[in-house]
Amino acid sequence: MGLFDYFSKKKPKSAQLAKERLQIIIAHERVNRTGPDYLPQMRRDIMSVINKYVPIDEDQVNVQFEKGDDCDILELNISLPEQAKAVRH
Amino acid sequence: MTSGKGGVGKTTSSAAFATGLALRGYKTAVIDFDVGLRNLDLIMGCERRVVYDFVNVINGEANLRQALIKDKRTDNLYILPASQTRDKDALTQEGVGKVLEDLKADSFDFIICDSPAGIERGAAMAMYYADDAVIVTNPEVSSVRDSDRILGLLQSRTQKAEQGGTIREHLLITRYNPERVESGDMLGLEDVLDILAVPLIGVIPESGGVLQASNSGNPVILDTESTAGQAYDDFVRRFLGETVPHRFLEVEKKGIFKRLFGG
Ligand SMILES: Nc1ncnc2c1ncn2[C@@H]1O[C@H](COP(=O)(O)OP(=O)(O)O)[C@@H](O)[C@H]1O
Ligand SMILES: [Mg+2]
Repeated sequence: MGLFDYFSKKKPKSAQLAKERLQIIIAHERVNRTGPDYLPQMRRDIMSVINKYVPIDEDQVNVQFEKGDDCDILELNISLPEQAKAVRH
Repeated sequence: MTSGKGGVGKTTSSAAFATGLALRGYKTAVIDFDVGLRNLDLIMGCERRVVYDFVNVINGEANLRQALIKDKRTDNLYILPASQTRDKDALTQEGVGKVLEDLKADSFDFIICDSPAGIERGAAMAMYYADDAVIVTNPEVSSVRDSDRILGLLQSRTQKAEQGGTIREHLLITRYNPERVESGDMLGLEDVLDILAVPLIGVIPESGGVLQASNSGNPVILDTESTAGQAYDDFVRRFLGETVPHRFLEVEKKGIFKRLFGG
C-alpha cells in the first residue's frame, strides 16, 4: 500500500451490511423455529391470498411470534409495494 | 464444542480446551465425534497411536481403557478418536450415553466433545448430553447464522432441554482479525454479540501459530508465544471461573514508518 493509497482509501463498510442482513434473517429464522409448526405453511397461505390482489415479495410479509404468559401473540406486517398503492388511487 | 459450520475452529479449540484443563490438573477426555473424518488425532499429535476408536467402544469391540489414548505431553489428558467408518449411523444415542457415563465413573472431571460440522447425527450426538456448550463462531455471515441455528437445537434437542432445563452457552469467537474489523470489512465483536446474545467466553485472534501447531501436532495452547495460544489459555481460565480481561481485540499500534510504508 503506497502513501497515496493510505490517505485516499475509502473504506467499504461491508461489515455493517453483513450485520443488518444477519439481524433480519436470524430474526426470521427464530420466529420459524420458536413459533408453532404451522407457521411457515400459514405464512405461505397468507402470501398466496395477498398475491391474488397485490403482487408482493416474500420479504414484504413479516411474521412475528411472541410467547406470552396468558396468550401468544402473532403479529403480521405486510408492506405493500409502491405500484400497488398507485393502482388503488 | 459446536458450530454448525465447518472449518471455524472446533477441533483446534477442542484440542486447546482439553489440554488447558488437563494442564490445570483436571482429568480430561476429548472425544472426536466426526465419524468418517477423524482429525482430532492429528491436531493432538497422536495419529500413529490410534488402535481402537469411539465406535469400537460403542459396539463392544474394545473397552474404553483400550481405546483411550493417553497424551504423551500432558498428564491427565486422554483422547478418544473418531471412527473412520462410512456408516453415519454408527453413533447411537444409548451408545454415546454409555461411554460418557463410563468416563464419569472413571473419575473424569471434563469430557470435551468435538462436534462435526452440520446439524446431522454426529452434531446431534455431540451436543445431546452436554452440560455446557461452547459455540465456536467466526465473525462472518454464514458462521454467525449457523451458530444461531445451533443455539436453537441446543435449546430444544438436548437431554437438558427435554428435561426442562438449559445448557450453559458460551460464545467463543475464533479467527478474529482486528485489522479487518477496524477497516470495516469484518464483523466486530460487538456485532456478533448483538446478534447472537450469548455470553462471550473468549476471542481467539487469527494467528499463524495455529497452522504451525497443527503441522507439528501440538495443541496451540502449548505455544505460549502465540497470540492464539495465550487467548485459548485465557478462555480456559474464564471457563473455570476466573475473571480475565479479553486481549488481542485491537490493532497493534505500528510505528509511523510501518504505517506509512505498509508493515
Ligand atoms: N485462530 C486461528 N488462526 C488461524 N487459523 C485458524 C485459527 N483457528 C482455526 N484455524 C484454521 O482453520 C482451519 C479449520 O480449523 P478446525 O479446527 O479444523 O475447524 P473445524 O473443526 O471447526 O472444522 C484449520 O486449517 C485451522 O488451522
Ligand atoms: Mg473438526
